[in-house]
Amino acid sequence: MSNDRRDFIKNSLIVLGGAVAAKATGGAFAAVPAPADAASASAPPVPGPSSGPMVPALTADGRLVQVHASAAPKPALAVRQGIPGRKWVMVIDLASCDGCRTCTRACGKMHAIPGDREWIRVFKMQDSPETAPYFFPRPCFHCDNPPCTRVCPVDATFKRQDGTVLIDNERCIGCRFCMAACPYSVRVFNWSRPHDPPEVLTEPYSPEHGTPRRIGTVEKCDFCPDMAEQGMLPACAAACPMAVIYFGDQNEDAVTNSKGETVRLSTLLTDRAGYQYMEELGTKPRVYYLPPKNRMYAPPDRTAAVLGHDVMRRR
Amino acid sequence: MVNGPSVPSASSADGTPPPAPESALARHITTEIGTTLALPRGGERLWILFLLLVITAGAAAYIMQLIYGLSVTGMRDYVSWGVYMTNFVFFIGVSHAGTLISAILRVTNAEWRRPITRMAEGITVFALLVGAPMVIVDMGRPDRLQHVILYGRLNSPILWDVLSVTTYITGSFLYLYVASIPDFAILARQGSTGNTFSVLRLRIYNFFSLGYRGTPQQKHHLERALGTMAVVIIPVAVSVHTVVSWVFGMTLRPGWHSTIFGPYFVIGAIFSGTAGIVLAMAVFRRVYGLEKYLTNRHFRYLGTLLLVFNILYIYFTLSEYLTTWYGGESVDMRLVDMLMGASHFGPLFWGTIVFGLFVPAILLVLPIKKTIAPIVIAAILVNIGMWVKRYLIIIPTMLTPFIDPKAAGATPSYIPTFVEWMITAAAFAFFLLLFTMFAKFLPIISIWETVEGVETLGAERTGVSPELQKLAGKEIQ
Repeated sequence: MSNDRRDFIKNSLIVLGGAVAAKATGGAFAAVPAPADAASASAPPVPGPSSGPMVPALTADGRLVQVHASAAPKPALAVRQGIPGRKWVMVIDLASCDGCRTCTRACGKMHAIPGDREWIRVFKMQDSPETAPYFFPRPCFHCDNPPCTRVCPVDATFKRQDGTVLIDNERCIGCRFCMAACPYSVRVFNWSRPHDPPEVLTEPYSPEHGTPRRIGTVEKCDFCPDMAEQGMLPACAAACPMAVIYFGDQNEDAVTNSKGETVRLSTLLTDRAGYQYMEELGTKPRVYYLPPKNRMYAPPDRTAAVLGHDVMRRR
Repeated sequence: MVNGPSVPSASSADGTPPPAPESALARHITTEIGTTLALPRGGERLWILFLLLVITAGAAAYIMQLIYGLSVTGMRDYVSWGVYMTNFVFFIGVSHAGTLISAILRVTNAEWRRPITRMAEGITVFALLVGAPMVIVDMGRPDRLQHVILYGRLNSPILWDVLSVTTYITGSFLYLYVASIPDFAILARQGSTGNTFSVLRLRIYNFFSLGYRGTPQQKHHLERALGTMAVVIIPVAVSVHTVVSWVFGMTLRPGWHSTIFGPYFVIGAIFSGTAGIVLAMAVFRRVYGLEKYLTNRHFRYLGTLLLVFNILYIYFTLSEYLTTWYGGESVDMRLVDMLMGASHFGPLFWGTIVFGLFVPAILLVLPIKKTIAPIVIAAILVNIGMWVKRYLIIIPTMLTPFIDPKAAGATPSYIPTFVEWMITAAAFAFFLLLFTMFAKFLPIISIWETVEGVETLGAERTGVSPELQKLAGKEIQ
């Protein structure tokens, strides 16, 4: 009883401390696009407990509600430390990617990304004139030895214990050294005043989803840690019609794709010769690729139920 | 030796012996050089007005940038650094003039440095005052500048920059100031400058002279202080341009991640700094008729130094690009192809090599002693070439990421906008304005060092006109 009260006071203080518990009312997911919703709803959750303790939180309009612990606003330190016991990892199966860029669009909707930039970018690669071209989706690699966080003069971008590399746009001074330092050109900049949609603007800011965005600051793919915490796949992985993108926890040695296939990470990487892009740079990416081998795939099920109506193939 | 500047007899009230009377030479030099201190007239006023106009336009451009964000520049996600960083590297480079001329030549007892030290030290301070803020101009959030102090992390080369550049600004400002104390004392006495200074101005001079009267003891302290500072400032200056290069060198990007970058940038800095001092000397000599003090000999000596650094820079450039090209790694080759041919960078690169490095080298080798024209032309070419060279170090690498943007249908490019050019022009104007105002406030040629040089070592070794020797001769005998 007294514990409950202490928790309540603590959480209320957190709310008073500046973070608004709009998330508690489900506001954080207002930006989730319909297709991604459909896909993530049809996809099973990331392995791991998706239910947890409920905590009281104060909403923006002054009501006291019970919310899932993971949805409650967190103190700044917790945001910088990450989700305890997790080691998020992504595997991208180049053999199945057909370059439809649904991942890019789903990510764009999820994070309300303006049209001039992409957090996950699909490149058409050709390693040599003799080999077939293939598609190469490139999110942030969330390197274990990140060149970007090392050069940040103010610790605005940081590496968390759960493996993700995030940016605090309330701290970023916009020197863009991290952009120059990233060998994979992942990072993008708010060159002009951002025009976030209203539902995004009402969200409390957290480096875990990067919105509302701010002028003169850097942003990039964040591995959707707020989704992962609730047992859901990142927008790109959930939306992929070809189930190319696997996401999961390295500590559990399991990754899941949009079809709901959960496989053992170590086996997948060993059996299919998984590799990291430009691992010779020593950045130790947390994103693995499966080589583009036998790229003879059946066309995906592009029914509206899975993808929504707006999927268009560019190639 | 004993002919330091003197003070009115009133100041001997504290019991110290009155300093030796001022020599005829000192009076002569003070009068001649003091003419530059007159309030701006005619042409000078127009010049200052022009500079102020350019600075105002630059300020307006910057306000626009503050309102609309860096979107008003040509920079975008692939090319995220542009001419602001180029200006930063360029001005920090020019700032090396002071260290080289003043400190290195002082340490090595090159006596001909005497008439040019003041200008050199001035260039250092002003180039830093213009160069360092270029980073702030480049920042997306200048309103969060305090974060660098609140949350500063030593892991970042930017922090190394902040530390070494602020040390350098402080050090070179002190160096300039300490070397000016005897001249402040001379000006405070107004006497022979040929000017009638206002009471306020005299008070300022008197305040900054710190009661210097040229007593043997004061002189001893001054020389010791300058000797120590000259030794200390050299490694600081080297560190400054080394860490500037490391902002690029510490990244994994092709064209930047090079072990040679530290020394390459330091040599480049001294090279452009020396060219900067040659230009400043040529301008001041022309405008204020200082041919007696800034002689062909000074230009020839500096020309030789410039040639040495020119050859070194050619050597470093060859080492850097030949090894990259010869090794032929695929991403390196994309950069080399862009830089040396298949883009608009090709003409710029080869133009810089030919007109910024080889033509100046030839001009500096020419055995022409009558005129300083070839040396001055070389210095102009070197300064333009070194600005473009820095541009070519920054932009093509930004256009050559490991994952070719073409593979995603993107064609990044960089064309500096009007706002960027305006701010760049304002930076140069601000530099020139600082220098112009400086020349109105302090003698652009160090009076006491020149007097001391001529009286103790002779006009020959000080590099000044023999006319001055005659004046000194009369006085000494």
